[in-house]
Amino acid sequence: MSRPSPVIPGFGLTLGYTLVYLSLLVLIPLGALFIKSTELTWEQFVAIVSAPRVLAALKLSFGAALAAALLNGVIGTLLAWVLVRYRFPGRKVIEAMIDLPFALPTAVAGIALTALYAPNGPIGQFATELGFKIAYSPLGIALALTFVTLPFVVRTLQPVLADIPREVEEAATCLGARPWQIARHVLLPALLPAWLTGFALAFARGVGEYGSVIFIAGNMPGKTEILPLLIMVKLDQYDYAGATAIGVLMLVVSFVLLLVINLLQRRIARG
Amino acid sequence: MSIRRFALAALAGALISGPVAAAQTLLNVSYDPTRELYVDYNAAFNKHWQAQGHEPVTIQQSHGGSGKQARAVIDGLRADVVTLALAGDIDELHRMGKLIPEDWQTRLPDASTPYTSTIVFLVRKGNPKDIKDWDDLVKPGVEVITPNPKTSGGARWNFLAAWAWAQQQYGSEEKAKEYVAQLYKQVPVLDTGARGSTITFVNNKIGDVLLAWENEAFLALKEEGGDELEIVAPSLSILAEPPVAVVDRNVERKGTRELAEAYLNYLYSEEGQRIAAKHFYRPRNQSVAAEFAQQFPELKLVTIDDDFGGWKQAQPKFFNDGGVFDQIYEAR
Amino acid sequence: MNTATLAAAGVSRTRRGAPWGRRLLILAAWLVFVLFLLLPLLIVINEALKQGFGTFFAAILEPDAVAALKLTLIAVGISVPLNLVFGVAAAWCVSKYEFRGKSILVTLIDLPFSVSPVIAGLIYVLLFGAQGWFGPWLMDRDIQIVFAVPGIVLATLFVTVPFVARELIPLMQEQGTQEEEAARLLGASGWQMFWHVTLPNIRWGLIYGVVLCTARAMGEFGAVSVVSGHIRGLTNTLPLHVEILYNEYNHVAAFSVASLLLALALLILLLKQWSEARINRLKAAAAQE
Repeated sequence: MSRPSPVIPGFGLTLGYTLVYLSLLVLIPLGALFIKSTELTWEQFVAIVSAPRVLAALKLSFGAALAAALLNGVIGTLLAWVLVRYRFPGRKVIEAMIDLPFALPTAVAGIALTALYAPNGPIGQFATELGFKIAYSPLGIALALTFVTLPFVVRTLQPVLADIPREVEEAATCLGARPWQIARHVLLPALLPAWLTGFALAFARGVGEYGSVIFIAGNMPGKTEILPLLIMVKLDQYDYAGATAIGVLMLVVSFVLLLVINLLQRRIARG
Repeated sequence: MSIRRFALAALAGALISGPVAAAQTLLNVSYDPTRELYVDYNAAFNKHWQAQGHEPVTIQQSHGGSGKQARAVIDGLRADVVTLALAGDIDELHRMGKLIPEDWQTRLPDASTPYTSTIVFLVRKGNPKDIKDWDDLVKPGVEVITPNPKTSGGARWNFLAAWAWAQQQYGSEEKAKEYVAQLYKQVPVLDTGARGSTITFVNNKIGDVLLAWENEAFLALKEEGGDELEIVAPSLSILAEPPVAVVDRNVERKGTRELAEAYLNYLYSEEGQRIAAKHFYRPRNQSVAAEFAQQFPELKLVTIDDDFGGWKQAQPKFFNDGGVFDQIYEAR
Repeated sequence: MNTATLAAAGVSRTRRGAPWGRRLLILAAWLVFVLFLLLPLLIVINEALKQGFGTFFAAILEPDAVAALKLTLIAVGISVPLNLVFGVAAAWCVSKYEFRGKSILVTLIDLPFSVSPVIAGLIYVLLFGAQGWFGPWLMDRDIQIVFAVPGIVLATLFVTVPFVARELIPLMQEQGTQEEEAARLLGASGWQMFWHVTLPNIRWGLIYGVVLCTARAMGEFGAVSVVSGHIRGLTNTLPLHVEILYNEYNHVAAFSVASLLLALALLILLLKQWSEARINRLKAAAAQE
């Protein structure tokens, strides 16, 4: 290890403290999960995570998180664009409230969204009249995840958008570019890494989300049962091995996602 | 840094204060629908306990799906007594955690089951789908609400009651399996606990019929004021026996055996039985049962021991991984 | 930004997107805001006040609710300061020095952020539960971690580890090491440098991180739910209390306690907005220099 700035003290102290704290609280416990999973043979592990019920939960968790992240990719971009580019009545309120899903406990979000989208709720009853249901279906799960991960795309796009001077687009317009050309050649390349970061963050959070989803999901095995709930269910059936195996699977996925996010962020930093 | 020191002190404080306060408290770990029952019972017991010259006790309650609760006790939740939905879950305390002896069920009268219940149907007022018996549940367009038998004790009683009826009706296990498979195809929401299902049915107005503990159905009726719901008793149901047990390992550590035993014994007293009956559990005591006889519909009931060979056979056959329940779910 | 050169072309600022397109976008943003953010908020308040203020206050002043609030405050009170110290230390070593494995360290700091809260609970049960690695040892010494306050604190600590560090790292990287180096050369001791130079510079970022950390610590559900044991008045945090009330036909009470949490969330948003404004002002001032 090199210490390029010997003038500033505290490297050993802070790095040591960081490593010890992180090890005690995060690394050793997570390591315990991995070690626990080695009690299973590879075949047993594969059998657990490829059971139909687990596969269905896997598909649902990843599918709903993906749908939510995509939806956020659209409405998040819209919100970020409008908040950065336009001044309009109520802008400050929206700006401040964007972070509500981060500040609101997920259980509160869960019961609120269930009340809203249940068949007798204010929005749910319209859906019922149209012949489909939102709560207790994958759609409800995706909507709950959209809510809890709403700030990610907005918050990663905003600073980048603010950094692109409006003059760039105007210059392009003057040079005869059409709006879609501007979007394609000016905005897209500049925004894409940030957009992908927000998308990946929302996706990672969505896959693991529990509190807001269990109220609205309906929790049908194979239909509306998410992976984290399946871990709980396995645990409650004294199936520690099964819970551990699914936990390890999710952990690996979240670690890979994080690496991707960090790579993207380094690309943004490089400009 | 003073903040850090404060925080460490606080953490240390929290670590220490956890076990110390355990002197005169009793933790009753129970399943979902007994919340209201034990709120009343705890107050009555405290009065009784003090009348015998003891200091007042703090009785703590914890509720959740029966399997979940048993697992928490096995993992170290320090229950003095468990009052769970079925004997199978308490058996696990012996099998997995060695917290109680194997013969725990012989230690109290009536196989350690101070009150019983059964499984009935709760339908919308006026019974719009005309649901009278088990075969009506699989009619096209009927939505059935029941919790997940993997995590809920009540759900297991529901499942077995349906199975018992189908087996008697159609005469074979194959047919019973077909019937139950069809029944679960008509379940739109499978909550993790009995209470979750009741909320789904009563508050969120999902489904046409709720398979519920009789006490849970009566409670829902009481809460709703009887304007929106009514109870339908099927031709055949199961005698649901939610047993109770002192958790030996924990009471020995905490020194609360006397208190815990008195707590469970008092459930069998006339007062305890009356409180149970008031909360729509069927009392064991004959005179109290007679007092509340008009409250409970007369039903033909099968039992877990006579008709299913006890939980030791029923649990692996129907509910463990790869059991009948998994088979009907994976066949879909 | 390399795009800045293009901007220097000096095109007038008067020309903007077609006004109808702009209005449409603003309208759409408003719609999203109302549908996704405002409605859930309103329904909580509406359900909470369905039976008037009397039941509302009865629900939030009930002893179990007060006990849950206390426990939530304990969890916040322990986890936020610990993660604050950790966040400063981690940001310090990551932003002021170059060393091998730094990006791995940053990824590890972020890890709890994307780990499912249920797994966070599970790992502590596997470690400290009666069937877990340290279970028997702890049992012999009568120390209880899971299903008691320490477990709840640990789970809360886990899920809130990254928040302060995440806010501070980019801020401190941007600020560089010049000011600190100058202070050292002028003879300041390490602590003096930290207190008088670094801390004032990162103050608002610190507050911002603490605010986000507090929000998450206060609202954590999944992780805490696994290790709680759900003993009323003892190991229930406010979010768990909401779930319990919800499961007791006590819709109004559940939403009353939920609206208490909502009020706290809105307060947190205000604090956040305030510290953010301060950060922006500092940045703007720095940019002008």
